[in-house]
Amino acid sequence: MSGFLLRRLAQSIVLLWIVSMIGFALLHLTPGGPLSQFTNTPGMTDEDLQRLTAQMGLDRPLPVQYLEWFGRLLTGDWGRSYRDDTPVLLVIGSRLGATLQLMVTATLIAVLVGGFIGVVGAVRRYSFFDQLVTVGAMIALSIPTFWFGLMVIYVFSVKLGWLPPGNISPVGNESLIVFLHHLIGPSMVLGLVTTAIWSRFMRSSMLDVINQDYVRTARAKGVSERIVLVRHVLRNALLPMITIAGLEVPTLLSGALVTETVFTWPGMGRLFLDSIGYRDYPVVMGLLTFTAILVIIGNLLADVLYVVADPRIRLQ
Amino acid sequence: MPRHPDGPSKPASGLILPRRRFLQLAAAGAAATALPGSAAWAQGARPPKGTRKGQVVVGISQEPTVFNPLRARIEVDEGVHMNLFSPLWSIDAKGNLVPQLATEIPTVENGGVSADGLQWRIKLRPGVTWHDGAPFSAEDVKYTLDLINDTSFPAMLRSGHNLVRDIKIVSPTEITWRMETFFAPYFSVLAWTYIVPKHILGAGGDPKDSPFNNKPVGTGPFKWVERRPGDHIVLEANDKFYGEGPFIEKLIFKYIPDLTVLKTQFQTGAIDHIGLQGITADNYDEAKKYAGRKVTAAPLPFIEAIVLNNERPYFKELAVRQALYYGMDKATIIKDIFYDVPRPTETYLPQESWGYNPNLPKHSYDVARAKKLLDDAGWKPGAGGVREKNGMKLDFTTSTTAGNHLREQTQQFLQQGWQQIGVKVTIKNFPPAVMWGDFWRKGQFDTAMAGSVYSVGSDPDPSERLSSASISAKTGTGQNTSQYSNAEVDALLKASQNEVDRAKRKANYFKVQEMVRADLPLLPIYQWSMIEGVKSGLVGYEPNVNYRSNCWNINTWYWAS
Repeated sequence: MSGFLLRRLAQSIVLLWIVSMIGFALLHLTPGGPLSQFTNTPGMTDEDLQRLTAQMGLDRPLPVQYLEWFGRLLTGDWGRSYRDDTPVLLVIGSRLGATLQLMVTATLIAVLVGGFIGVVGAVRRYSFFDQLVTVGAMIALSIPTFWFGLMVIYVFSVKLGWLPPGNISPVGNESLIVFLHHLIGPSMVLGLVTTAIWSRFMRSSMLDVINQDYVRTARAKGVSERIVLVRHVLRNALLPMITIAGLEVPTLLSGALVTETVFTWPGMGRLFLDSIGYRDYPVVMGLLTFTAILVIIGNLLADVLYVVADPRIRLQ
Repeated sequence: MPRHPDGPSKPASGLILPRRRFLQLAAAGAAATALPGSAAWAQGARPPKGTRKGQVVVGISQEPTVFNPLRARIEVDEGVHMNLFSPLWSIDAKGNLVPQLATEIPTVENGGVSADGLQWRIKLRPGVTWHDGAPFSAEDVKYTLDLINDTSFPAMLRSGHNLVRDIKIVSPTEITWRMETFFAPYFSVLAWTYIVPKHILGAGGDPKDSPFNNKPVGTGPFKWVERRPGDHIVLEANDKFYGEGPFIEKLIFKYIPDLTVLKTQFQTGAIDHIGLQGITADNYDEAKKYAGRKVTAAPLPFIEAIVLNNERPYFKELAVRQALYYGMDKATIIKDIFYDVPRPTETYLPQESWGYNPNLPKHSYDVARAKKLLDDAGWKPGAGGVREKNGMKLDFTTSTTAGNHLREQTQQFLQQGWQQIGVKVTIKNFPPAVMWGDFWRKGQFDTAMAGSVYSVGSDPDPSERLSSASISAKTGTGQNTSQYSNAEVDALLKASQNEVDRAKRKANYFKVQEMVRADLPLLPIYQWSMIEGVKSGLVGYEPNVNYRSNCWNINTWYWAS
């Protein structure tokens, strides 16, 4: 196990290095730069622009800029935002909480609602309910998150007035109830796709197990259908879902980009979009590295949990 | 969402005058005492000094994150700066300079500026304190100017400031300096230069790392309370403010990145004032019907134009430039694409500027005349109906920000119009960071659709954009991206920059506008507006074309009861 972990750690660092290099190259290949937002400022002269370029160190060759950035990253220095000079880790840290709140709630919705739908769909295969949720899942997977978010705001906030039109909480009122009220809309939107995915995987995973010999044996022994389903089918069907959960991290992160924008949620997704708009290279690179780490950890955790949950599996 | 240098993308209509005019901040000190103490709180009546009620939530689509007002910044940052800090003087909506930290605007008459414009003497307001209680003095003014010119400090703008020499502190309330050469727009530059506290930023250590950057201290009408990154900023009333107001207890800047959501939150009442980038033109009619809301098309100093690259051989001919202008159906563009919201223009200056020349020839859409001009100049229709002359074809590209739908529709409309006169235009758009980078600055485009500010704040000097010394592609400096070069215009601009007498400068700028209108280095379309709004009970909002944010006078806003 420890050998496995060490090997995975080494792989992860190489992976991070590759990801960061590709990210850095792509970011700088995109023409324009952090200064283009200032070029049309009234009174801005070319001398001012050239001076700012030099002061930001943007006039140096790209490989030099990359090596300096990566060298600093290894020492734990993630750099500073071009826009406001705040250390990148502080910028990310100030947004991390909001995104995690959304991701956790959306995951809970997906696991509970999606899991329930998947189980019922598998048990009552080809029933009206199963057909209905199959179509429903296909629709949920196809509709654009952006549009769905705006629809939720339009229906539940503007027309019905049940939910707030976005925001994490009104200024000056940050009580738990108010926060949870604000959390409903965005987590519903972010959870939609994962719920659909989860229900489909849950359904097929259940079906795989239901047709196993030991399930038939259990039934033949006269075990009640309830116990067969919970103890023999569900527990075995949940095993592959651990991997699915690990793979959901990138889906949730990219979904957060859109959801946070529509619901004015102050998380990392919005920070990422804003930073790309400003060509705030250090923050974009920081977020890229940070999310890559999150994804790697998610996968690693899934692998480890798999072993914990199923003693038959050995990690090499 | 990214905002790029050509600013808000969706312009709107003409200026709606505010319901009542306000006492100018100019006389703030005197005006405050002159106000009747018994002023009622009725609608339209200004609350008495020291009374404050409620809060104002300003909704904006970009997040303010830069709080040192001298650093490189964007519009929304400035909206916060103008409420935390004070300049020596500000500019009101009419373009008048209004004393703030200075007690008067320096002139030759009051001895503030010498007749040659080189010696400046500024008298400062006594008794002003910083938000932390420390006294404000001439030391702070000197420190601010020195910091801007400090080579290790990333100041946004240094033009004007770099001409200041020999700053001397005469007394805590008086400061003098010498200008290397007289630079008339410096009055405007100083109106955007917010004074920063020496006792905090200059206390040692790099000003870039000062705690000030996350907890700014100013002399303005509001004090810093807190910021929730990615969400909002809270300011509270400064009860020791030297000027008028504030009449509200709290001022909150709320960041809402999506324009549809911004509009919805204004509609549902989550925000009290919808600022940058406002409501899109296609939603103007709908927004006007919101109950309990007032929407205004606030004028902006941006002039939307088709900028021609005057170094392209075909654009060197006046007849071609004129024909393109006659072949442009401006009225239909403004009506059908921009919902009749922006105002057409013939010049590069906003109509609110004191230098604006209203007597320029009016454009007309005249296909026959455009064709005749090209015929007479020897441009004959060739293959595919595209005119050509000496092997040169009237076939070029036009570019702007990709994804800006209204601009893209305008391009398609122009493309069809110009096709009628035998000109072939290919649309080639780029993302903002590409479009407004070297492609734009170094003159790599054929024609570009761009909204630019040609003046320097309230000062109508367009040298940076129209003088031949400012062609970046040739001289490496300046923003004359159309590469317009006219020796007569150059001479007039140079003379005006060094002229102290405003009447003479005005006459010169009128002439420059006539020449630019005749030469057509760019084809002006309209002056931008932005549709902003306030809740009906909120009094005091007044658009000011001289600032990049209409949050310039929130100290005078109040809730009518």
